[in-house]
Amino acid sequence: MPDNPLHRVLYIDLTNQQYRVEEKPHLFEESIGGTGVAIRLLEEECPPGIDPLGPENTIIFAVGPLTGLFPLASKTVAMFKSPLTGNLGESHAGGRSAVSLRLAGYGALMIKGASESPVYLSIHGDKVFFRDASALWGMANSHTIGRVIREREPGSGTRTIMRIGRAGEQLVRYASVITETYRHFGRLGLGAVFGSKKLKAIVISGNQSLEVANPKQYRKTYDEIFQAAVNSEVMQKYHQVGTAENIEPLNAVGGLPTMNVKKSRFDSASAISGEQMAQQYLGRRIACAHCPIACIHIAALREPYAQEPYFYKTSMISYDYEPIYAMGSMLGVSDSRGLLKLLDDADRLGVDVMSAGVVLAWATEAIEKGLIKSKDLAGAELKWGDHQTYRRALKMLVEQPNDLYRALARGVEYASSQYGGVDFALAFGGNEMPGYHTGPATYAGFLMSSRHSHLDSAGYSIDLNSNNPQSASEISDALIAEETWRQILSSTVTCFFARGVYTQERIAQIFDVAGCDVRPELLLQIGGETLRRKYAFKLREGFSPEKLRIPQRILETPSASGIISESLLRETVSHMNQKLTSL
Amino acid sequence: MTKRLAVIDSDLCVGCQSCMFACTRRLGFAGLGRSCILAKSVGGITRGFTVIVCRACPEPSCAKVCPTGALQFREGGGVRFDAKKCLGADCRLCQQACPFGAVFWDDQTDKPAVCVYCGYCAEYCPYNVIAVEGEEEANAG
Repeated sequence: MPDNPLHRVLYIDLTNQQYRVEEKPHLFEESIGGTGVAIRLLEEECPPGIDPLGPENTIIFAVGPLTGLFPLASKTVAMFKSPLTGNLGESHAGGRSAVSLRLAGYGALMIKGASESPVYLSIHGDKVFFRDASALWGMANSHTIGRVIREREPGSGTRTIMRIGRAGEQLVRYASVITETYRHFGRLGLGAVFGSKKLKAIVISGNQSLEVANPKQYRKTYDEIFQAAVNSEVMQKYHQVGTAENIEPLNAVGGLPTMNVKKSRFDSASAISGEQMAQQYLGRRIACAHCPIACIHIAALREPYAQEPYFYKTSMISYDYEPIYAMGSMLGVSDSRGLLKLLDDADRLGVDVMSAGVVLAWATEAIEKGLIKSKDLAGAELKWGDHQTYRRALKMLVEQPNDLYRALARGVEYASSQYGGVDFALAFGGNEMPGYHTGPATYAGFLMSSRHSHLDSAGYSIDLNSNNPQSASEISDALIAEETWRQILSSTVTCFFARGVYTQERIAQIFDVAGCDVRPELLLQIGGETLRRKYAFKLREGFSPEKLRIPQRILETPSASGIISESLLRETVSHMNQKLTSL
Repeated sequence: MTKRLAVIDSDLCVGCQSCMFACTRRLGFAGLGRSCILAKSVGGITRGFTVIVCRACPEPSCAKVCPTGALQFREGGGVRFDAKKCLGADCRLCQQACPFGAVFWDDQTDKPAVCVYCGYCAEYCPYNVIAVEGEEEANAG
């Protein structure tokens, strides 16, 4: 399609407060959009070996050919050099981020440089403003940032407001970027990269129309996908109880990481299950822009004011499977009210809830083992289940009043390298683990997949399949096949939750309707090429599969598929490395 | 009763924007540039959503202020829009007059965009937030 607005890349230079737009049709024709385009822009613009928290680091946001055209294509891919792992940073979020960016007239946004004083970016169609954010810097609550910008900027209803909290300002290596209050670019420290650039927030509004080659065919194809989404069982899980539905089944099979994976079943799992949360607290469900599923579950927590009779406040707090794992079972927290307050704090402060939970779990065990003292934690005597003390410690993780908190703010890999306790420091490739202790495929995925994330290749699903592969080469093949396909989903960019709707066949069919010039028969080839580029970037930045640390803990505590063999894991890692370097 | 779009219960709205995309798609486009309906938060997503769309007033403020007769009263409530008579961006009186903010703007035509009460959007609302009420007048033009 000529003059396709998807091909426009908006370049922003924070150092000089300048911007420009470049047309990159070939880039999008070869690599589709989203993750495929983002990794190529990162290769071009992020010089080797730079400090992830220096001005040379580059932030890319990219959307794809289905964004703004079809439902469930609601995600934005963020790419950057990660200050947590030191190599590839990639994080995805929904909210309105994707639709707003695309309908503001862009396929990608790139941010370079650093501002001298705090700014926020205000992007409305073709206009870009650098607004002073000095007054917003240092505010305790990220929700307030959203509120202030919401009142001040135009575009209500068709804009995204991405912002960081105190954690980003304080360069906590796992700080998040929050968008539309309840969605997050959570993992790998994008919030710290924002903070290092003195970038407090980005508001993007856009509500353009997009031309389609054949309107009749477009409407027909749209209806097929819409019906598949709202009527099929594929999406039911996300629709009703939500992702938190996984708590009970994972606990039942012994795959729910509990108390720093000392156990794989949580005695109080039913108290924090998705069903229980829905029954007690579910106050509203909301959706990302252009997604009828509405998987975002919001708890309404009503609390009395201690000193003022008949005064209450009701906080609306989002929950999902991973946050419940990280601040619930991983910390032994069974009090669901306390758990919700921890989740709310994580959002107010702007930390990745998964990394923060794993860090606090390590610190709890380090106290138990006498490696650190509660006085090193400024008096926070961490104990499993004690949500009040965890809340205090979480705030100090962000403010970093002493050496131990400064170490913890760099992640559990670093903290354990300083204080000991590496055997139970549950980071993989430098990233704190997600909530699956299901077997070797999960951990091979955490170790070797491009984001060290459960979402890269869904190893848990391979582990829990009754015909699961057993050998290193079979596990390796299954993980890489899944991750290769997911490069296409995250290039188009569709939500991984909709992977049952956006099958390979369907994506091939609709590319033509979407004005995408990519030949469908090349899909898997492009997916492989994108994965190869991402792995090459990791290697370029010092990632080494031989040096990967496997925490002893995961080999001791039985998983959902029994005791995990270290040699099998090492062998799988080696197979994956071979495959990824020969793609 | 004349056909119109009714907001049944905005507390059921999840902000998915399916209605908004439908409205532009009805005219053969993707995106949102021609939509005459907006689901936006009530002062932040924490508080839920409100749906803004022409409610087919019996005495529409927009038509009252239209200097050229581009917006005409519709029998039974609401308006009909004749783009040929509209002054476009030089005027915008209708937009200013509507207390609901339900007169939208089509940047491509540079003219107002107002609901035509077709009900296409309601077919895509998964949660029955909006619905068509009444029937098309026999002599509607």
